[in-house]
Amino acid sequence: MATVAVPPGTRRRGWRDLPVIHQLRQSVGLQRGMLVAGLLLTGIFLFTAIFAPLLAPYEYNQLRDPSGPFGAQQEPSSAHWLGTTVGGYDVLSRVIWGTRTALFVIVVAVLLSIVLGVLLGLVSGYFGGWLDRVLVVICDAVYALPSLLLAIVAAIAISGGESSLVGGVLAAAISITVIYIPQFFRVVRAETVRVKSEAFVESAKVIGAGHWRIMTRHVFRNATRTLPLILTLNASEAILTLAGLGFLGFGIEPTSAAEWGYDLQKALSDVTSGIWWTSVFPGLAIVLVVLGLTLVGESLNDLADPRLRTRRRAGADTAIPVGEVPVVPGGTLGAGPGGLAGLEGRGEGEWEQR
Amino acid sequence: MTTTATELTGTDESGVPVPGRKIRGGGGLGSYLLIRFLLIFPTVFILVTTVFVLMRSTGDPITAALGGRLTAAELAARVHEAGYDRPILVQYFEYLGNLLSGDFGTAVSDRRPITEVLTTFGAATLELSFYALIVAFVVGIPLGRLAAYFRDRWSDAALRVFAILCYATPVFFFGLLLKLVFSIQLGWLPVAGRASTGAEIQLQTLDSSTGIYLIDAIKLGDPEVIADVLEHAVLPAVALGLLTAGVFLRLVRTNVIGTLGMGYVEAARSRGVAERRLLKKHAYRPALIPIVTVIGLQVALLLSGAVLTETTFEWKGLGFQLVEYVQARDFVAVQGIVVMLAVIVALTNFIVDVIAALIDPRVRY
Repeated sequence: MATVAVPPGTRRRGWRDLPVIHQLRQSVGLQRGMLVAGLLLTGIFLFTAIFAPLLAPYEYNQLRDPSGPFGAQQEPSSAHWLGTTVGGYDVLSRVIWGTRTALFVIVVAVLLSIVLGVLLGLVSGYFGGWLDRVLVVICDAVYALPSLLLAIVAAIAISGGESSLVGGVLAAAISITVIYIPQFFRVVRAETVRVKSEAFVESAKVIGAGHWRIMTRHVFRNATRTLPLILTLNASEAILTLAGLGFLGFGIEPTSAAEWGYDLQKALSDVTSGIWWTSVFPGLAIVLVVLGLTLVGESLNDLADPRLRTRRRAGADTAIPVGEVPVVPGGTLGAGPGGLAGLEGRGEGEWEQR
Repeated sequence: MTTTATELTGTDESGVPVPGRKIRGGGGLGSYLLIRFLLIFPTVFILVTTVFVLMRSTGDPITAALGGRLTAAELAARVHEAGYDRPILVQYFEYLGNLLSGDFGTAVSDRRPITEVLTTFGAATLELSFYALIVAFVVGIPLGRLAAYFRDRWSDAALRVFAILCYATPVFFFGLLLKLVFSIQLGWLPVAGRASTGAEIQLQTLDSSTGIYLIDAIKLGDPEVIADVLEHAVLPAVALGLLTAGVFLRLVRTNVIGTLGMGYVEAARSRGVAERRLLKKHAYRPALIPIVTVIGLQVALLLSGAVLTETTFEWKGLGFQLVEYVQARDFVAVQGIVVMLAVIVALTNFIVDVIAALIDPRVRY
């Protein structure tokens, strides 16, 4: 990723050049430790999500077993390792099933925003002109709004303010998508503008390749180098946004899926009476998943930035004033160095746009 | 919007010193500020339109709020009275016109003007954000410097994991944990609210109350009330502050490392300046400049976080009120508050950009 300047087609791409694996080989010492820890946590998360039906002792919406109802707010016991919630569900099962909801929302949200964001970014960066200007201003405007507020508005628009059964998960995913399209758009657009002026694109034009071919064959590959990185960071933000929405009552009803944010909202009143198990475990699940994804993203970011990479520190003093994103000629826009600014401006890798 | 509009023009006039401008390629501070200022309008316009379109795609707000409670005829009458049965475009332009004249709408549920809601609850949110920023500065900046100093050693790794944890922990979950430990188990601090009932009643008696409890308590001059108000603020401020502290920690660390590798620091090092002094005098201060820019972005993050923190701690601010309105399905109020917050964020970003441009000439171009 960081070793650039290999014109496409001169070298076969082996498995060692696959995103993540390449970085794993490149890393050393503590940085490798952080990357491995992140991959491990992410791996456990994926494993749990895939095998949830086998791992969970009960269903997410199960209230009773043959011996009778579970009972509400039961302390952790041998029958219910992590106790039961105020609604009488098994906490452990809900935590495990929650991984599925989270994964589903991540996949839908990230896929949708990647497809739309990358497409818009490519077109906008490649053709430029008024369309580019308009898209940049729109995306920056959306980007400037607190993301949770936007997600709330989007959730209201999609589900009409009600947590409908099947629509709940999809509504959450789509509201998260709305926030992330501008981020992918910005990154891909900035890269496209850069790649567009490279010699190999010129050559392709001279040969007579069409716009579509240049965009897909030459620009796309080179403009999407940073995607794995943004992907992990956005996935972690998606979980936090989902949990935030759930906590504010846009959650998914317990009968249709398990969602950690919703469970935390229900646990809010438990805390006052000293009942800790209903809130601590779903909360920890969120923290661990976000931690894992962020560790991966963070390590990828550091490895992509020569100034931050341990060893092989290229003495590049790219003293770009950190925090300035030249998106629009003639002025920086309000959002400034937000979340992914670093990827565009090679300045800062900041991910905390929440 | 009237007040903000006059404010804006004020900044505009004083911010563009046309006569004394230096003739140089790329434009000076004046043209930068002008362009930056003009960009506020499309930004706010797009946000307002987006929010309007999204909120109206669910139907008219009256039906949403009062749907089950009124008969169809009554409902239709209310809808007609409020003008929601007219073409959507007419409503849209009317809405834009209202915004320009400072009318953000009136809540359906409690019939309060949104501007009044903002002034009533905004102070609480402002107070909370201020405390949170203090926590963020006090924790984030020194730790970031420390992490840069111990770069790639275990203490650096520990600090960075701490920063990531600050980010990875949802602010409401962290708030719950704080409550569990410090309010329930140890019993040191109050569970929720901005002040205990007794103190709140005393604060209400104040004639010229600002809504910011600490200031009001100081005005009141009762040390017990001041202590009470501060006690209530500790946990929410820590919960929201640490979220931002992680951002500052990372940023300071990266920037100090960046400046440590720059030419003038190398030069100082080769002159024999001690490493400790290098960090303190040469690398640290320039690394703080980008923080100014980032604070602008933190406003958006803080507002998102404030909505969650206020709900967790029953801190009766804008976020808390927003959630109340959402639960009451009062979408006029939700739309009004969101648009108002968007305007605030856009304005803050502009102000921060101006400050950044004044401090660091490289920003303008």
